[in-house]
Amino acid sequence: MEVFLQQLINGISLGSIYALIALGYTMVYGIVQLINFAHGDVYMVGAYLGFFATAILGWPFLPALLLSMVVCAILGMVIEKLAYTPLRNAPRIAALITAIGVSLFLEYGMMLLVTPQVRTFPQVLPEVQYKLLGNLVITNRQIIILVVTIALMLLLQYIVHKTKIGKAMRAVSHDKQAAQLMGINVNKTISATFAIGSALAAAAGVLVGIYYNAINPLMGIMPGLKAFVAAVLGGIGIIPGAMTGGFLLGIVEAMVSGYGKSLYRDPVAFVILIIILIVKPAGLFGKNVREKV
Amino acid sequence: MMSMFERKIGRQIGILLVLAAVWGVIDFMIKGGILNPYYELNLILIGINIILAVSLNLINGFNGQFSIGHAGFMAVGAYGAAMITIKAHLPFVIALLVGALLAAICGILVGLPTLRLRGDYLAIATLGFGEIIRGLIVNIDYIGGAYGLSGIPKLANWTWIFWLTVLTVLVIWNFVNSTHGRATISIRENEIAAEAMGINTTKYKVMAFTIGSLFAGLAGGLHAHYFYTIQPNTFNFLKSFDILVMVVLGGQGSITGSIIAAIALTIISASLQKFAALRLVIYALLLIIIMLFRPQGLMGTKEFSLKMFRKKSKDKEGKQHGTAIGQ
Repeated sequence: MEVFLQQLINGISLGSIYALIALGYTMVYGIVQLINFAHGDVYMVGAYLGFFATAILGWPFLPALLLSMVVCAILGMVIEKLAYTPLRNAPRIAALITAIGVSLFLEYGMMLLVTPQVRTFPQVLPEVQYKLLGNLVITNRQIIILVVTIALMLLLQYIVHKTKIGKAMRAVSHDKQAAQLMGINVNKTISATFAIGSALAAAAGVLVGIYYNAINPLMGIMPGLKAFVAAVLGGIGIIPGAMTGGFLLGIVEAMVSGYGKSLYRDPVAFVILIIILIVKPAGLFGKNVREKV
Repeated sequence: MMSMFERKIGRQIGILLVLAAVWGVIDFMIKGGILNPYYELNLILIGINIILAVSLNLINGFNGQFSIGHAGFMAVGAYGAAMITIKAHLPFVIALLVGALLAAICGILVGLPTLRLRGDYLAIATLGFGEIIRGLIVNIDYIGGAYGLSGIPKLANWTWIFWLTVLTVLVIWNFVNSTHGRATISIRENEIAAEAMGINTTKYKVMAFTIGSLFAGLAGGLHAHYFYTIQPNTFNFLKSFDILVMVVLGGQGSITGSIIAAIALTIISASLQKFAALRLVIYALLLIIIMLFRPQGLMGTKEFSLKMFRKKSKDKEGKQHGTAIGQ
């Protein structure tokens, strides 16, 4: 029971990271039906920006987080403009291949730029451990991750449901052509979606840097793929689905490692993916849509 | 009609003679020490990459299903074949066959459930499968775990690899031009229309996937028996992407395109060996630029032939390849 509760705490921290990345996947997929493979690498770039701000500029945590989110939002928009906009009417596979290209480009471009060496994040937030209910340990970093994640999710819900741009995003994801006819600037809306998604991924990157202390140019691959699994688990295109999926996946992974099978952590995530795809491809929150001829 | 048949036979004998000459000359140069081991290594890599690219092209290019887990099947073949020679001490041919068959069985197991999925979901499922395979290999100590398997006898050589590459191309070429192949292509052109025409789409998708996996397994077996050691990380999804770049560059749906791309990219990556990161940046830019400016790749769905250099008026003949359901 103790192991279970401890892993639940660890799983929720890890799950917050997956959930933040998964939100970007799911929003982009919802609006342009593209699996943005480069999303995991935007998260990596975010982590490096956080490292740059804290280690080199010596900024505290919150300004570093904001800088990273703003720069990555711009990066997301640039990627969309240069690589994806020209292919909007091309076959989906062409866009997917381009996304793989962008992903490889970010990974190895970054490697050329900062060398493949692992960087250690400065101790912006010294670790404090709190004891709960006897032997359960929760650190201040885990609390910060959860608080920042929940704050960002609330902000996202506010943007999507209460603002004009959010309304436009929902309209475009529902029916692009109809939205255009109603006078919504589709290009701008898609740009905004990429910007918001990338900013969330950047936040996840900075949080991971603070949580695990180590970053490298290929760090985005696995979390990127797993966040995608989380998005599919919750039902791709559905925002609450991505949040739930992220937390669920984080908890499952923490349980697998907690009960001594840490090497099985990666395969388990993909087994979940394949099971979901076979049993309920629309995801936990999704509805089945029949393909029309 | 008879003369056309005879001409066809004549051409095939001609191709065979050319191939035999290529094999003989290079074999002579390797054995005589004219080609140093570095060139030999790259020739071997070209052969393995052609097998991988052509087999992936059958799935991605001809059948229109998007798989990015090809390295996973290669891993199954490599480990399967290596186990046969190391633990069971059986001949190389049996090892290769077992490796390829194991990969094909995995292809069926993966294909049956996942091929019902649409394009990008399938892509992720195959990618996930590749990672599952790698994850399992890392966790099984009997086959070396994360450190890999070493001490595999070096049984593969230029002769084996050259003729097996020829065999792969021949089998896939003939499959694509057979009734089954035409049905396979029709699924790429329009799955719903193909189904309406009475084609069992699931059957043909699984068939293409299985044949593709079979040859990926064969390539894995050859790889294992040329490089002595295999590690799970050799078969990660970067390897799958490498193969994918070849298929996309050559043209999805062109066997000769894949061959040309496999040769070109193997040479490029050999010359950039010292700059691993730069190589991948170039690959990445190549992928993006191809997709933006020439999404059909170098060859599109056309095949390279000497006819291409004749008069343009014959172009109409070439289009026969494009018909959806040919019989």
